[in-house]
Amino acid sequence: MAQQKSLTQSNVSGWAFALPGFGLMVAFIILPFFFAIWFSLTNQRLISPNPPSFVGLSNYVDLLSLGTIVLEPERDATGAVIRDNAGDITYPRLRNFTRNNPDYPQLQGMREWFGWQTGPNDELRRVILAKDVVFMRALKNTFTFVIIVAPLQAGLALMLALLINQKLRGINVYRAIYFMPVVISIVVVAFLWRLIYDGNNGLLNNILGALSFGRFEPVDWLGQPSTALGSIIAMSIWQAVGFHMVIWLSGLQTISPTLYEAAELEGASKWQTFRYVTWPGLRNTAVLILIVITMQAFGLFAQVDVMTNGGPLDSTQTIVFQAIERGYGKQDISGGSAISVILFLIVLSISMIQRYLTRERNT
Amino acid sequence: MNTLSPDNHGLRLFVRYLVLTLIAAIFVFPLVFMVMSSLKPSQQLLIDSGSLRAFLPVGDISLNNYTMAFDRAPVALFVANSLFITGTTVILSLFVCSLAGFSIAILSWRGKAFVLSAILATLTVPFETIAVPLLLMSSKLPWIGMDGLEVGWLNSYRVQIIPFIADGLTIFLFVQYFRDIPSDLVEAARAEGASWWQVYSKVLMPLSGPIIATAAILKFLVMYNQYLWPLMVVQEEGYRPVLVGLQYFFQLNTAWGEIMAYLSMITVPVLVFYLFLQRAFIASIASTGVKG
Repeated sequence: MAQQKSLTQSNVSGWAFALPGFGLMVAFIILPFFFAIWFSLTNQRLISPNPPSFVGLSNYVDLLSLGTIVLEPERDATGAVIRDNAGDITYPRLRNFTRNNPDYPQLQGMREWFGWQTGPNDELRRVILAKDVVFMRALKNTFTFVIIVAPLQAGLALMLALLINQKLRGINVYRAIYFMPVVISIVVVAFLWRLIYDGNNGLLNNILGALSFGRFEPVDWLGQPSTALGSIIAMSIWQAVGFHMVIWLSGLQTISPTLYEAAELEGASKWQTFRYVTWPGLRNTAVLILIVITMQAFGLFAQVDVMTNGGPLDSTQTIVFQAIERGYGKQDISGGSAISVILFLIVLSISMIQRYLTRERNT
Repeated sequence: MNTLSPDNHGLRLFVRYLVLTLIAAIFVFPLVFMVMSSLKPSQQLLIDSGSLRAFLPVGDISLNNYTMAFDRAPVALFVANSLFITGTTVILSLFVCSLAGFSIAILSWRGKAFVLSAILATLTVPFETIAVPLLLMSSKLPWIGMDGLEVGWLNSYRVQIIPFIADGLTIFLFVQYFRDIPSDLVEAARAEGASWWQVYSKVLMPLSGPIIATAAILKFLVMYNQYLWPLMVVQEEGYRPVLVGLQYFFQLNTAWGEIMAYLSMITVPVLVFYLFLQRAFIASIASTGVKG
């Protein structure tokens, strides 16, 4: 290597050292990222005899199109509302509007997502339709998951960190135990909890039964739509909370002890000390933790794949699960890529919003 | 603060430990359940989970589940695959990422600012968002094998190793660490005529034990626990890692005893490893949170 004029100036060496790592990142992270955008604008499939062609935004239209319609109740000759045997109002069938109805071209091919009663006497029915109802449910479930997990997990992790930050003999043993699930694969954890959540002989049902002296009715936690997502949330927090506890801990340890001494001299209560000394010192950690949890939570996949496969009744469908089911399961690379791009845009905008909100409060 | 009588102090201490221990029980019970269940016949396992016996090695205790797990699936092959893939990736990653980190932290070169910001930008791209296009890419990539040029990386070790060698976090950790090393050391070595390669290999790397441990642990956890990617790109038994191998235990009849034995086999070694090195493990996670 030739001697350089400036001590560290070296274009050749600089690139030579950086190239293996940077080149691999370009090839396997940056390039696939741009491919995702490109594929989402085509009809690319994993294996196809025909070359792919450009289709514009139609993959996104198929995923995201929504429609709405107000249904008038069916009426008899006198104009009275017709009710069925159960006393419910009858409406014309939705397929009359969504299948080749020239008056409603915008509803072509859509299915009912949800609806509610409206109008005078609640006789009308407002229906929200979606072209891809399963993807809509996946979006809703993923957002539900994130909105519950992010604050809950961050809060529990902070409580654990405050507990572990006490000066007690043997506290490191507890820290090691709380962190233990983090080193176990989420897949292994999900299999274990599948047995714990089992509807017949599951550990959880048995524990709850014993605690309530047998009054607790066994629940098939993963088998019914009302509890499946909640069960996955609880297990996910159990597995990951130690991770964020450790990050809170390293934030706690950057707070100068003199601040606590000052607070004690001033006679501050425990809550005041936390509110005015600890919490302000944790602002940056809080932003970081919220962003990390949000990014991890949007990636929800393995738990669903192992425990419920998206069911029952799509109640645990998620964005990533849909991306993989299409891109890999159905070999529909373009559809899977479009979902991936939507996921990226969601994650990016949320982390930007989080940064923006917390920056404002800091100043 | 108000003064406390010794008794009161003792009581408070007791309550603190009680709370800590109850929480610890929540984190430990599924793991104890896993290991204890792996020693019991499936029938007894299900009955035992109705009582505290679930957490005790009682009843018909044997290693039968372990033997049967080996009969049902090529466990040794899966473990060997996982160890090979994980080990190779960790070593290559440490080498490649430390080189890049060295270049960015120590050397000055045209384009460095751009490269660094591109590397940092990848931290906002979750792997899940590139998995699908990467699958298509992998099916078309060329490779020079024993029989000359071949096309397609599916069903191989390389598809599980090469895409994961370089990542933004590892490079960034090395950049931060090298920046904190006093520049006198580098300058002195250069003054004595050392090449940049010698500065890297003889001066900086020997000082980098802590960050090498951190990066190795983080990479190990990611690689050993890979699931989504091998599920997508490996259909042949010969290249399957441990977690994908779990599928074998759900074919035909689900034998929970064997599943627990398999889960124990692939988890307990990692846990023991962790308990020995827990300070390093925890420090490495904490270091990911140093800068936001």
